[in-house]
Amino acid sequence: MTDLLPLIVAKYNYWLYVILMMIGLYAMIAKNNLIKKLVGMNIFQTAIILFYVSIGYKKDATIPIIQSAHGGGHGAHEAAIHAADYINPLPHVLMLTAIVVSVATFGVAMALAVRVYQRYQTLEEDELRMRLSEK
Amino acid sequence: MDNYPALIVVAPLLAALFAGIAAWIEERLSYPIAVIGLAISTFSAIMTLMTVIASGTIHYRMAGWAPPMGIEYRIDLLNAMVLLLVSGIAFLNLIASYKSVEQETSDRAGSFYTIYLLFVTGLLGVTATGDLFNLYVLIEITSLTSYAMVALGDKDRGPLASLNYVFIGVIGASFYLLGVGYLYLITGSLNMMDVAGILPALKGSSTVLVAFILCMIGVWIKMALFPMHVWLPNAYSYSPVAFARMVAPLMTKVMVYVMIRLMVTVFGFEYIFETLNIADAVVWLATLAILAGGVMALAQKNLKKMLTYIIVCEIGYMVGGAWMGNQLGMTGAILHILNDAIMTFALFLAVGNMVYKLKKVDLTDLKGLFGKMPWTMTGFVLAAFSIIGVPPTCGFFSKWYLILGALEKGAYHFAAALIISSLICAVLFFKVFEICFFEPMSEGHGHGESHSQVAIEEAPISMLIITGFVSLSLIVVGLYSGTIVNTIILPFLK
Repeated sequence: MTDLLPLIVAKYNYWLYVILMMIGLYAMIAKNNLIKKLVGMNIFQTAIILFYVSIGYKKDATIPIIQSAHGGGHGAHEAAIHAADYINPLPHVLMLTAIVVSVATFGVAMALAVRVYQRYQTLEEDELRMRLSEK
Repeated sequence: MDNYPALIVVAPLLAALFAGIAAWIEERLSYPIAVIGLAISTFSAIMTLMTVIASGTIHYRMAGWAPPMGIEYRIDLLNAMVLLLVSGIAFLNLIASYKSVEQETSDRAGSFYTIYLLFVTGLLGVTATGDLFNLYVLIEITSLTSYAMVALGDKDRGPLASLNYVFIGVIGASFYLLGVGYLYLITGSLNMMDVAGILPALKGSSTVLVAFILCMIGVWIKMALFPMHVWLPNAYSYSPVAFARMVAPLMTKVMVYVMIRLMVTVFGFEYIFETLNIADAVVWLATLAILAGGVMALAQKNLKKMLTYIIVCEIGYMVGGAWMGNQLGMTGAILHILNDAIMTFALFLAVGNMVYKLKKVDLTDLKGLFGKMPWTMTGFVLAAFSIIGVPPTCGFFSKWYLILGALEKGAYHFAAALIISSLICAVLFFKVFEICFFEPMSEGHGHGESHSQVAIEEAPISMLIITGFVSLSLIVVGLYSGTIVNTIILPFLK
């Protein structure tokens, strides 16, 4: 236990994402209502997006915009650029794409849920299963 | 032209755009646009395959950015073959689809062709790309379009089947994405070749292990490896038949390709079979998949459902072969990607013709079908023989390699499962043949004289020609399988 606590505190962000992801996965598996499942799905995807965002972060670093190159008047000040001073933008850019994907998936899933509701007048899974087995 | 690799993917993408726009103006216009797009794509795939065979791997840099910064299309023998397979089947199916789309989704033909093209774009992109994150995005394009397609199908069950497919599909893709995240964390790169160059130095790393397991689980869910197969039968049997004919042979096969690509190119055999010690467990899983798929297929009363369980069974073949860890097994797995795609396509083409005429294909609806649709049934019989593995149809040869691979490794359970599943398939298909051949048409179907000559009522000629062509190609591919192994698969595995 004494070893575990510093490990959790030092990497608390990753633990948070693991918890979030498990909440999402639990909702997708255990919930009965299709909309609740959808919400679980979104939490699940968001956890992964947060994970990516957080791996680009560096301590004491700033956003990756090189200011001295701007204007050109400060040419004398221009120091060597250290990668360690800037956070890694690549994971963030990747996540823009992943957000688009997750929004699209969510939209399609919502549309499908509407269709299911129009057809069966319910979104509870056990009721749906009963309806289907009646026929 | 040097741009063939890009053209394979770009042509259907642009065609999808134009088909979508054209559908607003005049719905009929979208079909010819789709045909042109896929024809260009297929032609480019043929040219690319010939170039790759003649002069080796093509590295195509998107917009001229050099890897690992830019996205690279890396076409070697394996994906040149799969590209031709995907674009060819999509093109042939499109020709056969015109009539069934008219019948099934006539009010939404424009959207059907647009989604169809986007789906093909996704599959081709997954196959062509050399970038791990790009692969994820394209997998999601493929999945999103197939969700929409499944919902276009059966009015009753389609949306619900599709929604369940969404849930499982998202979990699969997210696991893969997470795996790529771990890989990026430890290597700092997303280019497959670049990652492959860095990984050997990190042999003992637990991050690489987690990345590998997550990627594999993601891909397994997407390819419906037992016990992660539950989404597949409903999704495929409730989708429009024109789409089912394409998704059934291609989607799972492309995912198998992704698994083999990850195993061979990114992680490498040495890491998987020497550092990790899970190959035996996976082969057992594949064995279970084969047996479970076969047994569940036996329990089905509907022809379409039965065939979808056979897909689950076939996935077991390919996963088992790939994880055998020897050249014979891998050869069998790759050859089976090709063969299984063609034979599943032939089966579903025949089923598509039956659906066109009969509307539903419960086994009891098939009585007397040999008399009514002789050509369709001939195609069906050939495809069924290939699935069972009767020489000289192509299914026999890949099974032969898989069994040899299993024997070389000493995985006798896998070899036994292969043989048992062939027997199960034989029982299954002969049950169907018996119903179609010996049982007379149900009363009231004919005009009083049901026992005399049954009028031939075949599917439209366009569908019949494609069925015949694909069924014959089963034998041709079977006869040339030695050539295919020697020019494509063995040089790739070197």
